[in-house]
Amino acid sequence: MNTKTKAKPAAETADTSTPRMMTGAQIVVEALREQGVSVMFGYPGGAVLPIYDALYGQDAIRHILVRHEQGAGHAAEGYARSTGKCGVALVTSGPGATNMVTPITDAMMDSIPMVVITGQVPTHLIGTDAFQECDTTGITRTCAKHNYLVTDVNQLARTIHEAFYIATNGRPGPVVIDIPKDIQFATGPYVGKAGILKPTYVPQTEPLPEAIKATVDLITKAWRPIFYTGGGVINSGPRASKLLRELQAMTGIPVTSTLMGLGAFPAAHPDWLGMVGMHGSFEANNAMHDCDLMICVGARFDDRVTGRVDAFSPNSKKVHIDIDASSINKIVRVDIPVLADCAQALEAILKELKARKAQLPDLAPWKEEIGAWRARRCFGYKNSSDVIKPQYAVERLYALTKDHDTYITTEVGQHQMWAAQFYHFNEPNRWMTSGGLGTMGYGLPAAVGVQSAHPDALVIDIAGEASIQMMMQELSTAVQHKLPVKVFILNNEWMGMVRQWQELLHGERYSHSYSESLPDFVKLADALGAYGIRCDDPAELDAKILEMVNHPGPVLFDCRVERAENCLPMIPSGSAHNQMILGEITGNEIGEAGRGLV
Amino acid sequence: MSDGTATPGPAPKSAYFLSDEDKEVERRTLAVIVDNEPGVLARVVGLFSGRGYNIDSLTVAEVDASQHRSRITIVTQGTAHILEQIEAQLLRIVPVAEVIDITNSKRGIERELALVKVAGTGEKRVEALRIGEIFRAHVIDTTNESFIFEVTGASDKLTQFVDLMRPLGLVEVSRTGVLSIKRGKEKG
Ligand SMILES: Cc1ncc(C[n+]2csc(CCOP(=O)(O)OP(=O)(O)O)c2C)c(N)n1
Ligand SMILES: [Mg+2]
Repeated sequence: MNTKTKAKPAAETADTSTPRMMTGAQIVVEALREQGVSVMFGYPGGAVLPIYDALYGQDAIRHILVRHEQGAGHAAEGYARSTGKCGVALVTSGPGATNMVTPITDAMMDSIPMVVITGQVPTHLIGTDAFQECDTTGITRTCAKHNYLVTDVNQLARTIHEAFYIATNGRPGPVVIDIPKDIQFATGPYVGKAGILKPTYVPQTEPLPEAIKATVDLITKAWRPIFYTGGGVINSGPRASKLLRELQAMTGIPVTSTLMGLGAFPAAHPDWLGMVGMHGSFEANNAMHDCDLMICVGARFDDRVTGRVDAFSPNSKKVHIDIDASSINKIVRVDIPVLADCAQALEAILKELKARKAQLPDLAPWKEEIGAWRARRCFGYKNSSDVIKPQYAVERLYALTKDHDTYITTEVGQHQMWAAQFYHFNEPNRWMTSGGLGTMGYGLPAAVGVQSAHPDALVIDIAGEASIQMMMQELSTAVQHKLPVKVFILNNEWMGMVRQWQELLHGERYSHSYSESLPDFVKLADALGAYGIRCDDPAELDAKILEMVNHPGPVLFDCRVERAENCLPMIPSGSAHNQMILGEITGNEIGEAGRGLV
Repeated sequence: MSDGTATPGPAPKSAYFLSDEDKEVERRTLAVIVDNEPGVLARVVGLFSGRGYNIDSLTVAEVDASQHRSRITIVTQGTAHILEQIEAQLLRIVPVAEVIDITNSKRGIERELALVKVAGTGEKRVEALRIGEIFRAHVIDTTNESFIFEVTGASDKLTQFVDLMRPLGLVEVSRTGVLSIKRGKEKG
């Protein structure tokens, strides 16, 4: 299947003109400009002052000053995910760099292209425990896709261009460039980006024809097929989503998606099954379990998706399209590995299918079966006229904002799952959430990043009252930079997801999961220069959501919801796809083995 | 279905259940060709510790100065599934150019070099020298009471030699770890 040797690149084209000489700091700004960076996120400090000086008084690149470096990282992620471009963050050495570790790891887990520039102490002080020194390349070695310590100004421009190449090619990810202060001051040549690629890093993007033929063979024989799509479809670009829709239209195969892949296929489509996995839909999980052909496109069989692996889709043939060879056969053995970019593979499948003019099996009986699962209405909940149900709040938010140019980010917890279940996406790049790392605090800075790329759009962070407190200072960033993000807090006064697990697994012993001493969010918004809204009455919800939407600046919306609501349906850890909890939790769902899992 | 009369057949079996051979642990020697840049060894070693893979032996040196290429030879163990992951994960590391599975090729030659210090007098000293000759070890340093042997060969041969020296006054051992290359005229 995969070539164990990486392909040889085309010869690098050498630039023969005399290079322009400039300082390292100017090289950084010039390289970013040439890479098409128009917005970056950062925070200054001693070890990056020369670069900040080079940014001063230029207007090619808009610098958004955050309040905490972690915010800069998540903002760059949100920017990247909503535009398909590479996000850029700039931070100082030591604490600036260590504060970036979480977003770097987050971007690595969710395959987000990002270039992070960190300042470093001058080269002659490296290794002396100098003030604000830390081993940034050592610390980020395993959480970044790649990293560099630049020790020669002559290599600086080349390194930055190579970093962008690596961040955006193959499976995207974060790349760190650590630049000592003396290198920022030194003078060196500027080298353009033309012809720069890394000879040892040339990912295979074209699928092998045999793999495509074998896939089409299976499609023409499958009576119970399913598309299981993921973030790779989004990362591959809008063309991949378009091709997925075309291939689906041609075959009629029902589609489910991971959390990261929402929007690649329209939720309004009758063959959309909803999200798969732990809090996915009953129909998606049962269809995954009972299918005879699973075509995985850019997803990675994450444990939130598979549930119990040895009971995962026991009777299906599996095709796995992925650009990362290490994702294939990592968790689940597949029959047909397709090492390729999603768009290229989907296009090849379409072409082969068209050429064959084969009559495809009639999927009506399969869809009838799916219809019976769908009829269970697994996302049903008991509404109330006294208290706002969190599901109802997201439903209303969706109804009242879906006709806007809307982008949604989330924090992590129950509200994130309710957002995935009740907010519906018909286009890619509209949904930003921390899937792999599950980082509370992601949503607000990510929304800041999204809004900076789409100034006129409606950008909403669906938040929890606990998560929002991790990065709430970034509301001040939004105010400063006139980024009118809306933070919609589903305030249940609990770390709801933790409380739910304690109910499920720990005999309702709610250890340290109550959100004690909550701030007054309306006053908080006021103090930060934003607008605060509170709502605890279902009858007033619509009007207040509209008030939020129509407010021209940033809003902090404290939506008081039912406190003890559980997020259902749910596949308890250690269980199979066809063992979902649909109704109430009894406390006996998880066996001894499942208890040890997360 | 080109005949247009498709009807449901028996469900195909998942490949998932065909993975019993997975449980057997094999030993593999991998040659990892890398760009010789700072931190590359740490990336490779960090991958093994971070993902819980074994390293039984590791050697590294630059082998092509003009191209800045180094060759890291790693002896590892794992199930077929783990070994496949190790190769794929190694190739994800940006400066890794190539991973050659020397063992799987069935055409690998492996060698290791050891320096072995033995101290003793009289009968034991004579016996150590005699065994050294059998193993084609060179004496590269000598005093009235000690030898340093240089011995090369397959790793188990070196282990055997060291074991034989133990009762004869073994003082200390330094080994290179395994080096490997494929037989025949082709590269890699
Ligand atoms: C940084 C971080 N720390 C801890 C966790 C573990 N965790 C997951 S969900 C959750 C509770 C979130 O509470 P809240 O933001 O109020 O959301 P809710 O579940 O109530 O909707 C916690 C603590 C995490 N995901 N991220
Ligand atoms: Mg909460």
